[in-house]
Amino acid sequence: MKYTLLAIAMLSLAALTQAQPTANEIIQKVDQNLSSDNRIMETAITIHGRRSSRTMTAKTYAVGTQQSFTEYLSPARDKGTKMLKLEDQLWIYSPSTDRTIQIAGHMLRQSVMGSDLSYEDMMDDRPLTETYEATILGKEILDNREVYLIELNAKVSNVAYHSSKMWVDAERFIPLKQEMHAKSGQLLKRIELRDVEKIEGRWFPRTMVYKDLLKDGEGTEYKITDVRFNAEIPEYIFSKAALKR
Amino acid sequence: MKIAIKLAYRNLTGAGLRTWLNVLVLSFSFVVILFMKGVMSGWDLQAKTDMTQWEIAGGQYWHQLYDPFDPFTLSDSHAPIPPQLSDELAAGDMVPLLITQGSIYPQGRLQSVLIKGIPAKQSLLKLPTHRLDTVTDAYPAIIGAMMARNLKLEIGQYVTIRWRDVNGTFDAHDILITDIFSSNVPSAEAGQIYLPLETLQEMLSLSGQATILTFRDEKKERPAVEGFTLKTKETLTASIDEMLKTKEVGQGILYLILLLLAMLAIFDTQVLSIFKRQKEIGTYIALGYTRGQVVGLFTVEGALHSVLAALVGALYGTPLLWWVAKNGWAMPIDTSEFGVPIAQTLYPVFSLGLVVSTTLLVVLITTIVSYWPSRKIAKMNPTEALRGKIQ
Repeated sequence: MKYTLLAIAMLSLAALTQAQPTANEIIQKVDQNLSSDNRIMETAITIHGRRSSRTMTAKTYAVGTQQSFTEYLSPARDKGTKMLKLEDQLWIYSPSTDRTIQIAGHMLRQSVMGSDLSYEDMMDDRPLTETYEATILGKEILDNREVYLIELNAKVSNVAYHSSKMWVDAERFIPLKQEMHAKSGQLLKRIELRDVEKIEGRWFPRTMVYKDLLKDGEGTEYKITDVRFNAEIPEYIFSKAALKR
Repeated sequence: MKIAIKLAYRNLTGAGLRTWLNVLVLSFSFVVILFMKGVMSGWDLQAKTDMTQWEIAGGQYWHQLYDPFDPFTLSDSHAPIPPQLSDELAAGDMVPLLITQGSIYPQGRLQSVLIKGIPAKQSLLKLPTHRLDTVTDAYPAIIGAMMARNLKLEIGQYVTIRWRDVNGTFDAHDILITDIFSSNVPSAEAGQIYLPLETLQEMLSLSGQATILTFRDEKKERPAVEGFTLKTKETLTASIDEMLKTKEVGQGILYLILLLLAMLAIFDTQVLSIFKRQKEIGTYIALGYTRGQVVGLFTVEGALHSVLAALVGALYGTPLLWWVAKNGWAMPIDTSEFGVPIAQTLYPVFSLGLVVSTTLLVVLITTIVSYWPSRKIAKMNPTEALRGKIQ
């Protein structure tokens, strides 16, 4: 009897160990859900300012983390504005002036179209497994979902945020909330991901709310109205010439 | 010549009100030109003095990649301070400055700023860096009045700054505004905050490094320093010279209009004199004057307008310009947003060279204008002139 109980206990422990993935496995699965070779997305971006809110729509073409092209579709005053990111360089085209300018230096620190994202935030989107060492801090309930609370600490020096905390859905392996910290430990940004759906075999959040916590305002909401993964994207899109088309 | 001047003076004073009206208009142009040139000299002196005191001292060494007009260069523009300059640094004759870009969040708004690290104990530049010695949990910082006004910041206020270290990792900390200074030099205060050098070096993980090295002695022969480029005071103030040159071109048009008005009156007077005084011209020739001498007489008569104008101008201009030079000329609009080193009150500088050169210029132009219509005399028939027949 004693041996039977011990065997059951050991088997349960083994099952439990197998059920609980490691922190690195979790962020690997997060990367698998969020990263793709390429994607085409249509988004509605609502910027909640201190006095009022405004919404823009945009279409983004992205290949890996190195190339992306965004065209703003509405409202009329922003329509035709295009952004091109090639590796660590960023250009913006404004139809009203018919000029393409490279975003550099202090301009990279300015917010994109008044949102809570700066241009340099857009530049850094490498997979988590490449840049962070993950540790599981525990399990919690967030928005009625069981989540793993993961702490991410930079394992490479050239990373934008030194550390962050991520609340990852225990079943779908998609982060529901992320808080990014400065080297000094100060909380800088918070991202909340909602409306998680299965799209083309992967879990993907339809809504993301970015909040620069040093700034006033209610944050910036990204609603993905359409997304296609691994679609055919012509190579010419990722050229400066495409900005003026 | 002596007789010519005597005759010319007599004729001039004899013309009465017409002469004095001409002299008054010319003297007015003379005083205005002198005032404007004095303002430009004063601006030149003030801008260069302010730049020297607040920003460049005797000159600077710039990191070889540093280009203030190219923000791309800033992230790589730093290097260890060369050991060969350590004596000068220790003696306080050199100030290292480290520069990076960051963001400041006043009242929950985001603004881009240049963050400059400077030793708190320096005395080379007029910046109140001793206020960076304040002991506080936040980083002590000093900012310019222009920046304080734009960001609505006051002494004693805390505000958060965010920056990226040498590896590009975000960091953020509160700063405490320990002093606000006013320098008239936009490049020393607009859109920038000053922190203690050691603090910034630690923030960026760039211990012992600098972007700019400012030295005291401009006359000393400067050695070449590896990794840094020497910028002499002349090079650093060249932009002021260029700006003033551009302004002078614009002012030249105004001088031209003023002189044109005065010269028009003198030209008119000369033409009228030659027309009305034909008998007199004939008499001069009959008395043995050569045509050239008569032309000279009329030219001197015209040119004497400018001499009288200089005297009359000196009469009311000297106290007026002295008063302006002493009390300054307050700019009618806010100059802090101009982006050039300019004080709200400009003190014109009237040097002897300026007065002499302006006088000579006015006399020369008046002489040419007086000579121009007088040339007609040379073509006159003396007998006809003597009879007073219009030619």
